[in-house]
Amino acid sequence: MRKSFIKALTDLASRDERIFLLTADLGFGVFEEFSRRFPSRFINTGVAEQNMTGVASGLGLSNKIVFTYSIGNFPTIRCVEQIRNDVCYHELNVNVVCVGGGFAYGALGLSHHATEDLAVMRAMPNMTVVAPGDPVEAALATKAVYETPGPCYLRLGRAGEVVVHKSPPRFEIGKAITLQDGKDITLIATGGILPTVLKAAVVLKQQGMSARVLSMHTLKPLDAESVLAAARDTGKIVTVEEHSVIGGLGTSVAEVLAEAAGHQAVLKRMGVSDSFCHEVGNQEHLRKVYGLSVEGIVSESKKMIDNNFRERTQK
Amino acid sequence: MPENSCEVTARQIRIHVLEMVHRARCSHIGSALSIAEIVAVLYDRILRLDPSNPDWDLRDRFILSKGHGCATVYAVLAMKGFFPMEWLDSYYLDGGRLYGHITHYGIPGVEASTGSLGHGLPIASGMALSGKSDNASYRVFALLSDGECDEGPVWEAMLFGSHHRLDNLTAIIDYNKIQACGRTEEVLDLEPLAEKVSAFGWAVKEVDGHDCEEIESVLSAVPFEDGKPSCVIAHTVKGKGISFMENNVLWHYKAPDDDELRRALEELADRE
Repeated sequence: MRKSFIKALTDLASRDERIFLLTADLGFGVFEEFSRRFPSRFINTGVAEQNMTGVASGLGLSNKIVFTYSIGNFPTIRCVEQIRNDVCYHELNVNVVCVGGGFAYGALGLSHHATEDLAVMRAMPNMTVVAPGDPVEAALATKAVYETPGPCYLRLGRAGEVVVHKSPPRFEIGKAITLQDGKDITLIATGGILPTVLKAAVVLKQQGMSARVLSMHTLKPLDAESVLAAARDTGKIVTVEEHSVIGGLGTSVAEVLAEAAGHQAVLKRMGVSDSFCHEVGNQEHLRKVYGLSVEGIVSESKKMIDNNFRERTQK
Repeated sequence: MPENSCEVTARQIRIHVLEMVHRARCSHIGSALSIAEIVAVLYDRILRLDPSNPDWDLRDRFILSKGHGCATVYAVLAMKGFFPMEWLDSYYLDGGRLYGHITHYGIPGVEASTGSLGHGLPIASGMALSGKSDNASYRVFALLSDGECDEGPVWEAMLFGSHHRLDNLTAIIDYNKIQACGRTEEVLDLEPLAEKVSAFGWAVKEVDGHDCEEIESVLSAVPFEDGKPSCVIAHTVKGKGISFMENNVLWHYKAPDDDELRRALEELADRE
């Protein structure tokens, strides 16, 4: 995702001189082309995320379009007040980019687990929150946040993710992408866990169950229509996110369902339980600890579908 | 000695501030009074602004980073015609337009909202960087408090400003030596402040922050050195101009009652 982001951004910057890219001293080996082609619009602000975000705001107040970049929690939680007061309150076209959403830097430790960022960013007024599911979505999301006039948070995975979309899908902020239709259950994914969710749907199909799969790449504004359609059509929803179950995708979907009359569905939120991860390991390993694996998603889905069958037969 | 025009502006600012804070029964009057001369000189003599065109591309930018001193800036903006004088009447009050920390939203002439300390200098640095990038002639001024210099991002921005040779950027530090809970030297000593800022690569000058001529002469001379951002350390007195408010941390919080307002206005009238 990181490569598709920087490729898309470099392309945009060649056509729009207002684009600035600020990094807090991360992205070694990633920004060479951008910095060579646009040296005055590439600023390594040093290891100072609060200042980076303030500087981005000053540029934004001067009609520039700014991308701030760092990894994990550094471009977000480290400078959350600058994002709130400076970027969001002034409604600037400042796009905060995180590489390493979820457990992408898992083995580096707790400091590098970005597992509350979506909740925090989603709470910010004026903020659009986007977490693409694969490199294709990441490129399209980069262009979309550039075109969105206000502040955006772009949460990326790392590098070398599986490509889910064989051809570029129609990508619109606030509109989920349906990867496959199904009638027994709906699996909704946000961010880099998407390929795993899609694989789980394949396994379910092999076992005779049909799952609708949505890539909910935009967490805010949430595509409530797709959630309600899923409730109506399948009655069962599993949300899957590499993030705390508090405040992210599962919460967003629950909010929509709770407030919508006549669209009740059974919901299971899969994600990181309200805890710090003490297990040491890479992304795949840590995902498994929280059940964010093909097996884990299949197992939770089957439980919901089975319960439903049991209820029906009891009636 | 007759007042020069900036001294007249500063005195009028103080009258507005006293009335605004008295009416609102709010805090921060000491912080507003200590910057009256600095703000008067900026708006009378230094900043290139057009009140009828507040978004003019080439205007100088002024950021009040110590957002709690906003009554002074609101007063001067009204006096200069950025918005109607009546707006001052509902400062801090229910349904009014003007918040108790400086706010851009719907207020012509305010470049950026602040209130949490340590935000203004990074924002000003971004504006200065943009000006350099565009070869624009405007200058950027940020007014900080001394207590604010406890905040890390102030020093992050200090590193940034000199590294990027932002000589279109000037930081003014209102050094009244009293912060929210006591004297700066007791809470978290900033000394030697001028040496610190200088060591961060800025060109530094110190002034009497209540001497309009001195302030004007220094601010007219920016940048002090080509290729370096400028810092003016303004030695001021918290609560300046009202004898019973001067140098007393109590007036970081207290609003004047009816009698105190009368006495304060009398003191200012005596100096006319």
